[in-house]
Amino acid sequence: MSGSTGLLAEGQDLRIVGFLCNWCSYGGADTAGVARCEQPTDLRVIRVPCSGRIDPLFIARALISGADGVLVSGCHPRDCHYAEGNFYARRRFEMLKQFLSVTGIDPERFHYTWVSASEGQRWQDVVTSFTDRIHKLGPAPKLSGGTGYDEECLKEIAAAVALGDECPCHKEKA
Amino acid sequence: MQALAELKEQIRQALPELDVVIGWQQGYDALHTSPLFIRSEEDLEKLVVNEFCVVNPASYLREMRGGKKVGLVLKGCDSRSVIQLVQEDLLKLEDLTIFGFGCNGVLNHAKLQARFGDIGYIKSIENSGASVTIEVDENKETVPFSELCADKCLTCSYPNTLQCTHFAGEESSKEAESEQDKALEEFEKLSMEERFSFWQDQMRRCIRCYACRNACPMCVCKDHCLANSRETKWLSEEVDVQNNFMFQLIHVMHLTGRCVECGECERACPMDIPIMLLRRKMAGVVRDVFAYNAGTNAEETPPLMCFKVEEPTIEERH
Repeated sequence: MSGSTGLLAEGQDLRIVGFLCNWCSYGGADTAGVARCEQPTDLRVIRVPCSGRIDPLFIARALISGADGVLVSGCHPRDCHYAEGNFYARRRFEMLKQFLSVTGIDPERFHYTWVSASEGQRWQDVVTSFTDRIHKLGPAPKLSGGTGYDEECLKEIAAAVALGDECPCHKEKA
Repeated sequence: MQALAELKEQIRQALPELDVVIGWQQGYDALHTSPLFIRSEEDLEKLVVNEFCVVNPASYLREMRGGKKVGLVLKGCDSRSVIQLVQEDLLKLEDLTIFGFGCNGVLNHAKLQARFGDIGYIKSIENSGASVTIEVDENKETVPFSELCADKCLTCSYPNTLQCTHFAGEESSKEAESEQDKALEEFEKLSMEERFSFWQDQMRRCIRCYACRNACPMCVCKDHCLANSRETKWLSEEVDVQNNFMFQLIHVMHLTGRCVECGECERACPMDIPIMLLRRKMAGVVRDVFAYNAGTNAEETPPLMCFKVEEPTIEERH
């Protein structure tokens, strides 16, 4: 467990990163919390403005740093606060999902889904079943070189979300 | 070669209208060509077109952006990178003059080296199309072309330059040896653990020289590359497995739906890391899901730049 800086909770918890969109899924998780739905404690949430903001590289980075699972959840398609963010996101996530196998990272460790703000119960189901799945798979294999999974990595991803930078080459054009 | 004479004539006629024409010239030995920038008729005489024209001239285009009239001599696979750049609005088709020809495949130096040992002292080489005869020192050997050609040529279905302004010589009727990429197929027989440890070993060798990125015709970000950014520090300067692997994933993911599989990245890699496995996998996924082949039609929109409200080919995730 290289470079772990106290992020790991006591006991059997695995390291699962959740990217939740501000408008639906984060609200859904909140609803679940307010309704006192029991939830597994493995998930570390990064709130993003929209699932369309999630660069697939955030997910790749978490996985490569040794996260045991990554859960992404946004508004249901057609219900996006920004009208079409999750449509783009869906294509990106699907590409990543199908690509992952060639890297040797089990695609099962990455899941994306849609939860609306009112679906507290659904959020509970989603997070519980994903956590169960990751527990069945066990800890992810770790790369032997590098700093591994630590708080720094998550902080940097969260900072990247806040910065809102995008690929500049396609902005400036020819 | 008839195509070469025709090419030269076509370029000669177009040259007054163009700032530069990029092609290939004979390199330092029989096995190598180097890029040729034709600005005058004298330069034109140096032009060669053969199975050693490996480098993708389109890789130089990113330095040429901004209204220059550029001519390019392109193989089929190379022309796809130009079309892809046009699709992404990074180039204007009217600024380009493309000289096309029929390609019968290019040779892979790593394979030549593996087969003939030290190819630094090459005496002669002959290519009959089906086989290659090479004389190194006292050794003279004939080997089937398909054993020495670049991997991409084995599955190539675009031997002729696409969307070109001028086409020289006869069209190539070369057909793909197989539809599937054999190396990738073999690799995918491995278990997840084996794949993971394979990449771990490969990435340990990576020296992060960024040759793969710099040779890539689709890597247009230049000074803005995420790999070098400090605000959002994606990669540390450490050359460790984790950072190296992350860099490769950055490259692959930025090429999703864009990679034309020209193979320049792997060719440029000084450590012979088989990074095309990753890229071909991603291109295959794009083909499977969106029935999209990057850089084949300038009118199309790349799949990640658009969407459908209902995605018939994407399983709904609950």
